[in-house]
This record gives sequence, C-alpha cells and structure tokens, in this order.
Amino acid sequence: MSLDVWMRENPLTYIWLGSYAVAFLVFAVEVAMVIHKRKITLRQVRLMRDAGGEE
Amino acid sequence: MAINWFKYSAPTTFYGLAGKLIPWFAIPAVILCGISLYIGFAVAPVDAQQGEFYRIIFIHVPASILSMFLYMIMAGYAALGLIFNTRLSSMMASAMAPTGALFAFISLWTGALWGKPMWGAWWVWDARLTSELILLFLYLGFIALHASIDDPRRADRASALLAIVGSVNVPIIYFSVKWWNTLHQGSTIKFSGTSMHIAMQQAMFTMLAACWMYAIVMTLMRVRSIILERERHTKWVTELPEVQQ
Amino acid sequence: MKKLSLPGLLVLVVRRDLVLAMRRRADVLTTLIFFVMVVSLFPLGVGPEMDMLRKMASGVLWVAALLSSMLSLGRLFSADYLDGTLEQMMLAPQSLSMLVLGKMVAHWMVSGLPLVLMAPVLGVQFDMSANALGVLILSLLLGTPILSMVGAIGAALTLGLRGGGVLLSLLVLPLCIPVLIFGTGAVEAISAGLTVVPHMSLLGALLLLALVFTPWVTAQALRISME
Repeated sequence: MSLDVWMRENPLTYIWLGSYAVAFLVFAVEVAMVIHKRKITLRQVRLMRDAGGEE
Repeated sequence: MAINWFKYSAPTTFYGLAGKLIPWFAIPAVILCGISLYIGFAVAPVDAQQGEFYRIIFIHVPASILSMFLYMIMAGYAALGLIFNTRLSSMMASAMAPTGALFAFISLWTGALWGKPMWGAWWVWDARLTSELILLFLYLGFIALHASIDDPRRADRASALLAIVGSVNVPIIYFSVKWWNTLHQGSTIKFSGTSMHIAMQQAMFTMLAACWMYAIVMTLMRVRSIILERERHTKWVTELPEVQQ
Repeated sequence: MKKLSLPGLLVLVVRRDLVLAMRRRADVLTTLIFFVMVVSLFPLGVGPEMDMLRKMASGVLWVAALLSSMLSLGRLFSADYLDGTLEQMMLAPQSLSMLVLGKMVAHWMVSGLPLVLMAPVLGVQFDMSANALGVLILSLLLGTPILSMVGAIGAALTLGLRGGGVLLSLLVLPLCIPVLIFGTGAVEAISAGLTVVPHMSLLGALLLLALVFTPWVTAQALRISME
C-alpha cells in the first residue's frame, strides 16, 4: 500500500527508476554482452589460426 | 554493368559492410534517444487523465512494436534461409532473436509498471499483454532450440521452421486470446482513444526510430560475431586486420 | 516394391504403431496415470470447495491433458529414430507426410483417446454437470488430436537432442494455447447457458488446419533433423 502512495507522490521517480532505468540497463547489458561475444570470438579465431588451422 | 545485388548476400562481403554500417546507426540511435527523452519529459505536457504516468509509453510502445516486427522479420529471414539456402539470412535470423526477446521483456516490464497506477494491478490478463507474453515464449523457444543443436546448419534450419510455424500461429493466438479475454471479463480500460498531443507523438516516434537503429546495430554486431565463428576456418577470416594484429 | 495407396499406407502405419504401443503398455498407462494424478492434485492444492472446483474443472482437465500429451510426445519418433526405422521410412518411396500422419493418428489413439475416455470420471470428481461433461468430452475429442499434431512438429525438431523433453514443451506449449482457450471456452459457455457452436466450430477449424498442414511441416522437420 505504501508503494501506491509513494508512486502517486513521486510519479517521475517511479517512471524513471521503474521503466527507463530498467530499459536502459537491459540495453547496456545487451551491448556489453555483444561486445564481450565479439572479443571472445576474435580470440577464438586467433587461437585457431595460431594452432595452424587444423581440424 | 548491372549492380550485383547479391554481392552483399555473401557473408564475406557482408562482414565488412556491417562493420562500416554500425556507427551510422549507433550514433543516430543515441542522439534520437536523447531527443526523444527531452521532448518526452521537458516538452510534452502532463496528460489530463493519466498524469505523469503516461510518459512510460514513450519506451513501452516502441518496445512492443519492435518485439512484434522483429519476430516477423526474423521469421522472414529464417524462411529465406530455409527456402533458398542462403547462409547469411539464417545468421541474421539468429542474430535478431535475442534483441527481439529483450524488447518483448522491456515491453512487458514497462507495461506492468504502467498498469499498476492505471489499472491498479501489475498484471492484467488483457489480450495485448497475454499475446506479448506468448511472443516472449516463442522467442525463447527459438533461442533454446537454436542453442541446443550443435550442428549450425541443422540448428538454422530447425529453428527457421519453428519461427515460420510460430509466425503463422501469432495471429491465431492473438485473436483467440482477445476473444477469451472478452468472454472472461468485461473490457478492461483501453488505451485512451483521445487524440495525442503533438509533442507526445514526436517523443514516441523519435524513440521508435532510436529503437529501430538500436536493434539494427545489435543485429549487425551479433551477425559479425556469428560470421566470424562460422567461417573461422577460412582464409579471409585469418587475413582480417582485427584478427591479424 | 509395390507402391501402396495412400489410405492403405495410413492404415498400415497406424496398425504398426498401435501394435508397438500394445507391446509397451506401461508407456501408455504412465501417461494416463499422470493425467489422473495431476487432475487429482488440484483439489488438494486449492481446497475442496465444490463451487470453485466446478468452475475450475474444465481448465484443470484441459491443462492436465496438455501436459500429459507433452509427456508422451518425446516417444513419437525417438524409438524409430534410435533403431533406424525412421531412416528407412524416409528412404521409402511412400509419401513421408502420410507416414507422419499415420504416426500422429496412432499417437493420438494411444495417448489422447484414453484421456478423453478418462475425462468424465475425473469431471465427476469436480462435480461437473452432465451438460458440461458432454461438452468437455466433445471439446477434448476435437482438441487432443491438434495437440498430437502440433506436438509432432516439436518432436521432429528436437529429435535426438539432449534435454529434448523440456525443450519440446517449451516449443510446443505456446503453440497450443488457442486449443486450450477454445476447449475450456466451450465448457464455460455451456455452463453460462450460452451456445457452444462458435467454440466448437473454431476448434474444428483448427483441427482441419492442423490436419492439412502439420503432417507436411513435420515431414520437413524430420528431413532437417535426419540429414
């Protein structure tokens, strides 16, 4: 119940913390994951090349 | 000489093209997002009915639109890959799925936050909410199926078939849920049909554009990793400058 | 090799799968027992008030039917896949879609039909009226074949994968939601004194759609999984 009162008194904080912060956090995590994936893949490819391209 | 439109359908050439395109979408995405937030919070007036809470829709509506469109585009790419056996389309489909799933999640999350002050409940079994949830399940199924098959070719083709079956089902699911909902309970509060203020529209459309650009950037970045991974045995990959260093 | 007519082929496959199922009766019984158990657990979980149970009955029975049909789907192709029969079937000059349809029909007769026959007994536990029971049986009769057919697509896609069972449910359950909605909707309509014709027509339409498309899609999925 107290949350109900609080959200009506601070609607902008509620919106920002509740949806925009979460959305941007999700975006940030996704960007970080994609960049990390690229690093890993590049490292993998280099390892393959250094191993002499067997397999 | 005619332009060879199929030139960029080869992973080799697309890898370079995607790398060049990424900044052209990433920078506008950030700028447009900033503009949208400025219009949405500084210019757009307070809504008479919904107070400040309506400002959630600036992120909620674009996320919902993106989640649906991305599924359709993903199914389209998957179908192309399945029918014409083009490798790149299948890679694009699997690169798109995580972004689509995240947009579906954001849409559900922000929808719940909008629903609490508006409807008095975090979750309402409304047709749109329920279909969005099922859409998220369809995304998760696609990703899970793709992840659990080791052979990339079979993974591509199996998940492509699933995406196509899913896209045929989406309208059936939507209408069945809609009908179920109207049978179970009286119509819930609809998104008010009142005319939107012009600034609200601007904020929403700029955010929509920003989300599109963001989705494109994510897809291109992911597809570049997928291309590298799949083609790591080939000569052109080992000759890339980023691999050489 | 003599090429069979399509109906002849269908009968042949159905008969073969039924014989195989009869040899492994435990599998069939497990599905049925699972169904009965899940349905019986609900009153224990939510309390014995008859009014509430009567309201929930159609939903509980349908969800339980959905879950138990998931349970048996994994076996639809896996036995034939493991002993190599499936590969031979795909090499055969017969229509693969028809073969698949035969397997779907057999699967429904083994795992769907017993649930339909068991449903009235369980419905009585939930104090359902005779009218509602009749509609429930009819809706299950129309709906469970769709579950078998849509499920077959998932079973073909997850053939031979590790953790296939859970994955299969993840893929198939969202696709089955319309069937669940119309199936329970019909029972609710008759309880509310409304006509059940629209629900039944829609279920019938879904059944026909599934009948036309799923054998072909499943055959494609099998080709993808087997290559």
